[in-house]
Amino acid sequence: MKKGTFTLIKNEALVSDLHRLTFAGDASAVTRPGMFAEVEIPGYFLRRPFSVADASENSLTLAVRIRGEGTAALTGAETGARFDILTGLGNGFDLDCAFERPLLIGGGSGVPALYMACRELIARGAKPIAALGFNSAAESFYVSDFAALGAETVVYTADGSLGRRGVVTDALLDFDYSYVYACGAVPMLQIIDHEAKSGAQFSLEARMGCGFGACMGCTIETANGPRRVCKDGPVFRKGEILW
Amino acid sequence: MSTSVTLCGVKLDNPVIPASGTFGYGHEFAEIYDINCLGTFSFKGTTAHPRFGNQTPRIADATGGMLNSVGLQNPGVDAVISEELPKLAKVFKKPVMANVCGFSVGEYVEVAEKLDACAQVGWIELNVSCPNVHGGGMGFGTTCEGAANVTREVKRVVKKPVIVKLTPNVTDITSIARACEDAGADALSLINTVLAMRIDPATRRPVLANVTGGLSGPAIFPLALRMVYQVYEAVNIPIIGMGGVHSARDVIEMMLAGASAVGVGAANLVNPFAARDIIEALPGEMEKYGIENLVDIIGGAHNG
Repeated sequence: MKKGTFTLIKNEALVSDLHRLTFAGDASAVTRPGMFAEVEIPGYFLRRPFSVADASENSLTLAVRIRGEGTAALTGAETGARFDILTGLGNGFDLDCAFERPLLIGGGSGVPALYMACRELIARGAKPIAALGFNSAAESFYVSDFAALGAETVVYTADGSLGRRGVVTDALLDFDYSYVYACGAVPMLQIIDHEAKSGAQFSLEARMGCGFGACMGCTIETANGPRRVCKDGPVFRKGEILW
Repeated sequence: MSTSVTLCGVKLDNPVIPASGTFGYGHEFAEIYDINCLGTFSFKGTTAHPRFGNQTPRIADATGGMLNSVGLQNPGVDAVISEELPKLAKVFKKPVMANVCGFSVGEYVEVAEKLDACAQVGWIELNVSCPNVHGGGMGFGTTCEGAANVTREVKRVVKKPVIVKLTPNVTDITSIARACEDAGADALSLINTVLAMRIDPATRRPVLANVTGGLSGPAIFPLALRMVYQVYEAVNIPIIGMGGVHSARDVIEMMLAGASAVGVGAANLVNPFAARDIIEALPGEMEKYGIENLVDIIGGAHNG
């Protein structure tokens, strides 16, 4: 974990309620895809946790869904604004399990959390499939970004307005795969947990207090006993979570 | 210039004590700074048996603070002794404060007796003030008889100093403070969190699964300060002042109100370096206010 000051250098509304925020600053603590960051938002006491969409030594990208006042204030920030951010939080995805043909399954707000994993898997020589699920074409985002990485990118929409009509977990039937990495709503993750024919890792979302394991605010029950989403997760393995 | 203070006969390098429930068993913070800079810290409230705690959500934001209804998640006293304390010994060389909670007087006694036998433990802090569990915690701390009874029974079996942590959720905290002193408490810590709630207008339901939770953070600092000031006038045993402390200036205010040492709680959760930062800022604040030895200002606001 590192605490540092970051400068907002780009604020893009990808869809009406989801912004991609790019910050300049020391992001060297982000050592794995699937880790998260906690942003201090002026005027709000608790930091807000966001999965890291991408990071390099000196830049950090977060995709922020507007959920309440804090996220509204953050996505309303002007470029040049400075934020105190904790980086390098959480365990992140273990990419050593991926093998040749990993399947990335992202649902809605969970899609960006898989971007960095996709980029690193391709760099390792894997041929990932990115299955991205949205309600409709109008609510879709990040599709061209995954395609630009060179991933086989398939979109599922509930109304069929983009890509295949259906739910994103249909990808479990539509493709052969060696492993699954997933981030999205709990019902989506439950289906993957029960139906994936390979190993899988899930990135969970949680209402957090501290984000680094001290307050016990985000604990869940697992097969291995109580676990903190922020410190022991946010990535958990198939079979581990007691839903 | 000296920041050192004494707590029940044990010298602390400085008065700063991360408060129970905001510092785990120390490991998360030892990963990011040398926690030997602390006066000491009070570890996570420990019960006889492992507890998951309350259902989530059990955290909510508030203006100037936060609510929690964690409900004493902990691995149980035996795991604390066999796993947490040996791990802590590798990174923390000072005596630690053991925070004890229970659902019966017998449980307080059992847990306190086991932790009293641990060489690393310097003080036993009795949490009779957790607002988030039913039939335990605060249930013992809201009446003079209840608080005195736990204190008396634990004092019978424990050799180390016993500190009773008081709740602000009472009509008159000074009467409970006096009852604990009369029952043999060696010190008091106050305040625990203030019973509070939030409601989500979108769902029209309480934010916390437990409905209510405890408010902490800078929002409660003036309230805590007032209670420390009042209790200082009511008792002759030392006080650990806590509640919303987030700066070296707050530490000085708490000590002027009558605190011999000062707890830092919610601040640790938004700035993991908060306790260290406060300790580092203390000499500068002391110089600013012409303080040579920090012990000299304890209760200073009551003079004249």
